[in-house]
Amino acid sequence: MSDKLKISNQEFSTRLLIGTGKYACDELIPDILASSGAEIITVALRRVDFEATVDNVMYHIPEGIQLLPNTSGARNAQEAVRIARLARAMGCGNWIKIEVISDNKYLLPDGYETIKATETLAGEGFVVLPYISPDLMVARKLVEAGAAAVMPLGAPIGSNRGLKTRELLKIIIEEIPLPVIVDAGLGRPSHACEAMELGASACLVNTGIASAAHPVNMARAFAQAVAAGRQAFLAGPGASQGTARASSPLTGFLYEENAN
Amino acid sequence: MHVTVNGRFQELTEGTSLPAYIKSQGLDPSVIVVEYNFQILPEQGWEKIILQENDNLEILRFVGGG
Repeated sequence: MSDKLKISNQEFSTRLLIGTGKYACDELIPDILASSGAEIITVALRRVDFEATVDNVMYHIPEGIQLLPNTSGARNAQEAVRIARLARAMGCGNWIKIEVISDNKYLLPDGYETIKATETLAGEGFVVLPYISPDLMVARKLVEAGAAAVMPLGAPIGSNRGLKTRELLKIIIEEIPLPVIVDAGLGRPSHACEAMELGASACLVNTGIASAAHPVNMARAFAQAVAAGRQAFLAGPGASQGTARASSPLTGFLYEENAN
Repeated sequence: MHVTVNGRFQELTEGTSLPAYIKSQGLDPSVIVVEYNFQILPEQGWEKIILQENDNLEILRFVGGG
């Protein structure tokens, strides 16, 4: 059965998106891509550091991988729009992950500014994937604004704490007619698996992989968990209940008296 | 002459072209994007730009991010 992830007019075979931040060295990225099977990868845009070495993350991302630049560093819609336009001028496509953050402690996104940026950029032909708190009304306004997907957080960025927003994510998944990509806070494969079981369309994992002792192996584990969670969702999990329901028959025991 | 590059004053020789400056910094034009006086430069067509006194350059690249 074909079960493709569709974003805008593109189809993907895997439902794990990965980031490129926090790796000990960027040379790991091709191996992470291979072991995760990821087809979409995020990058950030920054000023060139003239004192640094000439290495560039782009040298480590193979052709054919969908680049998803983020607008990290933007504190309002205007800055996000500027970063998005610069990212597009890099010549690597028109996808953009909107990230508008002015809170440095929890790195929680600014919904209002995110909606404004999405409206502008969708109008300019960008494929816009906004990073949001799992707020239904913000998500609905993003649908109206022309977002291609929504990316609600599971827990604060880089926290590895899992699906702390579970109940709100369920509502977004149920109500929003766009791909829901759970982003941020997924620290273990079981977190990603659970997001997929809830019906998320995909997961984006960066720190959970990059901070592992063996990132290449962890990327594979996340991919397997995402695939398993997706299959479980499609298979329709059985109902849960508070008391036991025997899995084995409750009659015909060895010690039962013969009826005759 | 003085040019601001990524927020810092730089002293450059009169008549320095933008491509010459980029090259002098050891930058690979295929993996950077340049904002020249707050206008994003297209991929092609900026080879002829000669830097002027008080020009403002932002030179950016992709880095690892989530």
